[in-house]
Amino acid sequence: MSLQRDWRRARAIAWKDLTAERRSKAGFNAVTSLAITILVLFGFALGPDTSAVRAAAPGVIWLAALFAGVLAFNRSYQSELDGGALEQLVLYPGSRKAIYAGKLLANFVFVALMLAVVIVAGIILFQVVIPNEWPALLAIILFGTIGLVTLGTFYAAMSSRSRAREVLLPLLLFPMLVPVLLAAMEATKALLGGNMMGDAGVWIRLLIVFDVVFLAATFLAFEAVIEV
Amino acid sequence: MCPPPPAPAIDASGIARRFGVTWVLRGIDLHLAAGEVLGLLGANGTGKSTFLRIVGTLLRPHAGTVRVFGKDVLKDADAVRELVAFMAHTPGLYDNLTARENLRFAAAMLDREDNDVDAVLERVGLLDVGNETVRAFSSGMQRRLAIGRLLLARPRLLLLDEPYSNLDQSGIELMNAIISEHADSGGAAIVVVHEIAPAAEVLDRTLTIAGGRIAERAENHDRTLIPFAASDR
Repeated sequence: MSLQRDWRRARAIAWKDLTAERRSKAGFNAVTSLAITILVLFGFALGPDTSAVRAAAPGVIWLAALFAGVLAFNRSYQSELDGGALEQLVLYPGSRKAIYAGKLLANFVFVALMLAVVIVAGIILFQVVIPNEWPALLAIILFGTIGLVTLGTFYAAMSSRSRAREVLLPLLLFPMLVPVLLAAMEATKALLGGNMMGDAGVWIRLLIVFDVVFLAATFLAFEAVIEV
Repeated sequence: MCPPPPAPAIDASGIARRFGVTWVLRGIDLHLAAGEVLGLLGANGTGKSTFLRIVGTLLRPHAGTVRVFGKDVLKDADAVRELVAFMAHTPGLYDNLTARENLRFAAAMLDREDNDVDAVLERVGLLDVGNETVRAFSSGMQRRLAIGRLLLARPRLLLLDEPYSNLDQSGIELMNAIISEHADSGGAAIVVVHEIAPAAEVLDRTLTIAGGRIAERAENHDRTLIPFAASDR
């Protein structure tokens, strides 16, 4: 019963965030444009060498997702801070985990859509050849997004009450994301390099472990973060 | 054997709270019975809203205890949240959602039926604009929508921080009607006001906070405030 109520609350929060985002569109357009701009700038920095550009593609795409994701995570709590909605949100009875689950769900959909655009742009810009094992590539994107969104949503909540939240969030988030990003980048690199059975598999398993650990830890710690 | 007396709506003792090194509340004792409506008065920055936020579980006191209908605000915060509804200075609405969507969201969070939403919109006079986004609403309309959220919550204790701001005469009458109905049905309310006039007809008594302490008490017999020197209890 309580789980059903929490699930209803989580869905309501996700629906509310995504509906507000769909109406304004400003957030998605800005975040996706930033990610593509980062891809283009890295492209210029790497120069005309096709093989070097192709080799750097996995790292560049994940870094673009990271930088653009920070904007998305900040925005997800900005809507709560405008007009004092965060106070009302924490005043509703029920488990705080439902709030986190709702925010997580909304951010996952947002970042996954942004990443879909960024990956297509990255494939075109960096002339990436899609491997035959593309379902494994999808799995890497899925698990990488879960890790990115889990920590991003958690640390955005932590920094949301600070006046310096735009600066604080990357300072808290980037070091914590190193294992997830490293695993996602290496898995993508190994897969694009045709090493599915070796390195890619190991990195994917590691990515899953990171996701499970971070999901469990952030769900447990969220109550302390959101409470006054 | 007599049944135990019902728990008071609020039983606060020695509430103190500071921000940084400044003590805003220095020991507030307050006892509010079910069915009672209390007006909280005082100059800006005297801690009226801080006290309300402590009772509503939004802030932790640095000293003292508060029980709401017998539930401790620190040890049993979630149970307290089931009992209270808080209306802050700011309406706490989502600009990009419509009035109906804002209430549907509140209904989901409060575990209420969606069916209640239209009745609430009608009660607060916003049924005709239910499908318009809140961004287009005036401050008064946003206030009315926040009142609608209170109705959805069906709390036992109403915590109202300057509820009359931005409301026109019909809005003030609506607010007072809701407070009266709430008290008549056994609920209690604290109303923070700067001016007593709009709330005079619903308040049973008032407390004035100054210097972090209760400085003055008055009973509202026959809706005429009479200073009251005895202990709050």
